[in-house]
Amino acid sequence: MYSEKVMDHFANPRNVGVIADADGVGEVGNPVCGDMMTFYIKVKDGRLADVKFQTFGCGAAIAVSSMVSEMAKGKTLDEGLAITNELVAEELGGLPKNKMHCSNLGADALHEAIKNYRDKQAGRAAQGAGAAELHEHEGCACPYCDTALEEGDKTVCRACRVEFEECPSCGGITKKGDAACLHCGKPLGGKN
Amino acid sequence: MKRTYLDHIAATPVRPEVFEAMRPFFTDVFGNPQSLHSAGQEALAAVDAARDEVAALVGASASEIHFTASGSEANNFAVKGMAVGQQARGRHIVVSAIEHTSVLNSVKALERSGFTSTLVPVDRTGRIDPAEVEKALTKETVLVSVMTANSEVGTVEPVAEIAAVCRSRGVLFHTDAVAAAGNIPVDVKASGVDALSLAGDQFYGPKGTAALYVRKGARILPLIDGGIQEGGRRGGTENVAGIVGLGRAAALARAEMASRTAALVPLRDRLLDELPRRVEHVLVTGSRTDRLPHHASFCIEFVEGEAMLLFLDMKGIAASSGSACTSKALKASHVLLAMGLDHATAQGSLVFSLIDGTTGGDIETLFEAFPPIVERLRGMSPLYTQYLKERGS
Repeated sequence: MYSEKVMDHFANPRNVGVIADADGVGEVGNPVCGDMMTFYIKVKDGRLADVKFQTFGCGAAIAVSSMVSEMAKGKTLDEGLAITNELVAEELGGLPKNKMHCSNLGADALHEAIKNYRDKQAGRAAQGAGAAELHEHEGCACPYCDTALEEGDKTVCRACRVEFEECPSCGGITKKGDAACLHCGKPLGGKN
Repeated sequence: MKRTYLDHIAATPVRPEVFEAMRPFFTDVFGNPQSLHSAGQEALAAVDAARDEVAALVGASASEIHFTASGSEANNFAVKGMAVGQQARGRHIVVSAIEHTSVLNSVKALERSGFTSTLVPVDRTGRIDPAEVEKALTKETVLVSVMTANSEVGTVEPVAEIAAVCRSRGVLFHTDAVAAAGNIPVDVKASGVDALSLAGDQFYGPKGTAALYVRKGARILPLIDGGIQEGGRRGGTENVAGIVGLGRAAALARAEMASRTAALVPLRDRLLDELPRRVEHVLVTGSRTDRLPHHASFCIEFVEGEAMLLFLDMKGIAASSGSACTSKALKASHVLLAMGLDHATAQGSLVFSLIDGTTGGDIETLFEAFPPIVERLRGMSPLYTQYLKERGS
């Protein structure tokens, strides 16, 4: 189910831990869909001198976090921001389609940490903007049956005929009529 | 590497005697049971004998047993066939919140054609209160379906009491006994159920073999319109070898149930008692008293099920989990949520289900392998870090 590279990063994750005096911290995810990630960064001369993470989640989530930390270390902040979830998945030799949404959030967490650092530098209070804004939904798959959703029409899965809506809180694609968002757990107001 | 298989609820190995019993029916005794000639009649005799064995396992008459290809099929057959069969009287169905998806989604399918349903809640141990079932009944209710035992948390439900409630109100009652039949005593006459599903792969029979008991006189529509097979309710040439295997497995289960249970219960109890002592923050899920003899289930706090399964597999240990991450749909287990567990705790779901031949050594292997896995995952868990911080302050 997972590539060799994913299994390697899962079994031997790089850069696990907490940086007590981190320059920036970024958190994404929630337990409803299973994965939570926290990234810590140290910045020196405009570069990511150290990157550490903690992850609660499945094998993919742990491998993704590990890969992001490896890709980011030593990079400039802008280079760090250029790391996308898609690039991370590519580096890992691919991820199962149904894991692309929930577990592939490592780059988002890193971006949050960089943003947190820049906000602090600029003397701004952390904005705490949700990862959702950074979260892209291009080329996503039905979370129920794994079939890729068609470009331009992400409101319905043609294979299993599930209708979706966008969660107003996190922007994630979730089943229409469900009581709570599949991704962030916020109530949707729909009945189930 | 030594393999430790603790995933009975996913599949059991076919017993060698069962496989041997099936073997001739692929090549030698290959006739169609509906054929008049000797080759066909020989196959029919084998199917009839297997029907007798399956009927004996659950205390039914042979003519009340209908072979199907899976437990899910038996559940679809019962729920759809019985509900639609009674729809002139009403279109309301009552099921528990922890039913298998083959029951819940059958009900959903019926809702698309105008049926309504009520989900009966469960308590913290996954037990369904017969009084709650009674409360859910309306004048429109034509079918109640409550499982005999839940495969995710091991709880055995008070099926006879629920059946009595239904009978007193004139409502048909189906029970999904897929996790239970062949593992604990099940008697359709004593419990008074109208329909019951069972599956061979839960008691050392082959996959793709299952059956639905329907009480004589209870109305059910055919599942597959076709020939006269299965009383005209499920057309299609019989899976003779599979049915023979199911029959042999049923006979073995009946003969050995007491000795199997006697061997499994102490191992199960050791798991349930000792695992929470060896690892901190471990909850036992399901009932301690009314529980399948081969079933031990837990929620391990601050860690996620799939990650635990992958590490256990690296140690040769097979188990299962109801974590959202292990499901294709990435949804938390509806069973654990119905029992009142929060999402984070439900993510740590882990089920160890023992098979015939599981030893104390297997449990020991698990006890050695498991604590370091949890320690490792907690070491990288932001939830655990947060917990330690809060505890420290």
